[in-house]
Amino acid sequence: MTNAELFTLTYGALVTQLCKDYENDEEVNKQLDKMGYNIGVRLIEDFLARSSVGRCQDFRETADVIAKVAFKMYLGITPSVTNWSPAGDEFSLILESNPLVDFVELPDNHSSLVYSNLLCGVLRGALEMVQMAVEVKFSQDTLRGDNVTEIRMKFIKRMEENLPAGDE
Amino acid sequence: MTVHNLYIFDRNGSCLHYGEWNRKKQAGISKEEEFKLMYGMLFSIRSFCSKMSPLDMKDGFLTFQTSKYKLHYYETATGIKIIMNTDLGVPNAKDILHQIYSTVSMGLYVEYIVKNPLCVLGEQLSSDLFSTRLDLYIRALPFFSPRAA
Repeated sequence: MTNAELFTLTYGALVTQLCKDYENDEEVNKQLDKMGYNIGVRLIEDFLARSSVGRCQDFRETADVIAKVAFKMYLGITPSVTNWSPAGDEFSLILESNPLVDFVELPDNHSSLVYSNLLCGVLRGALEMVQMAVEVKFSQDTLRGDNVTEIRMKFIKRMEENLPAGDE
Repeated sequence: MTVHNLYIFDRNGSCLHYGEWNRKKQAGISKEEEFKLMYGMLFSIRSFCSKMSPLDMKDGFLTFQTSKYKLHYYETATGIKIIMNTDLGVPNAKDILHQIYSTVSMGLYVEYIVKNPLCVLGEQLSSDLFSTRLDLYIRALPFFSPRAA
């Protein structure tokens, strides 16, 4: 078990450095998403290896696995799955607590920074590797004054498996 | 009882790793062609199995056997495919192939490749550590012996 404080502090140092490097909240958000994506494409393999969860049958099952198995395994929290769209292609994850933001307060000059945006990239990257294209974003954030932290996930499409190009 | 050879493919059909322990006869084509043939055949057979299945399919294609050898197939949700050819004495090797993919104790593909940031995914696995550990793992299997039965 790694020390949770070390993880939170490391993440904080990462975001701080990105803010210094880019000096622009939108750019930092983009970088966090990109880094998250690169983590996600590898993390999915570790997740599948350790959890023995098979292929999900539909988006609802995916939502449950993300909330109850994946978040629990990696962050030690279990967000709730709510606000399903009528078409069943969009839902929200409500996070009561977020280990990334322990001890964190956003200063006034960073009001458009999405501090935990790495998580969006991770989810997007991981799901892409299991053939699901999704859009992930924070719709509420306690760091920016909202009551809860809410991640909104939308299913875009299923990516088909393609036969590698032959040279015949 | 023995293991003849083993292939690992990624989701795009690139062969990530090939190991051979006990292969008496070669295919007569280049390795590159052999990998393409293997991948293409599996793609077709899986599609065939799911189309022609008289019941709702859960796992899909698992193994086939001839009078001389048995081919075992394992696929992860991310499209990583592991194929192992053994002799006929080996029962379902699904758990073993899962182990080769993952586990906490031996951790092969996930531990040595995925978690190594210097390993580019999708290219031939160049990690010596991975090859060595895989080789040791195969040789340690209860049904492996250097000479085919």
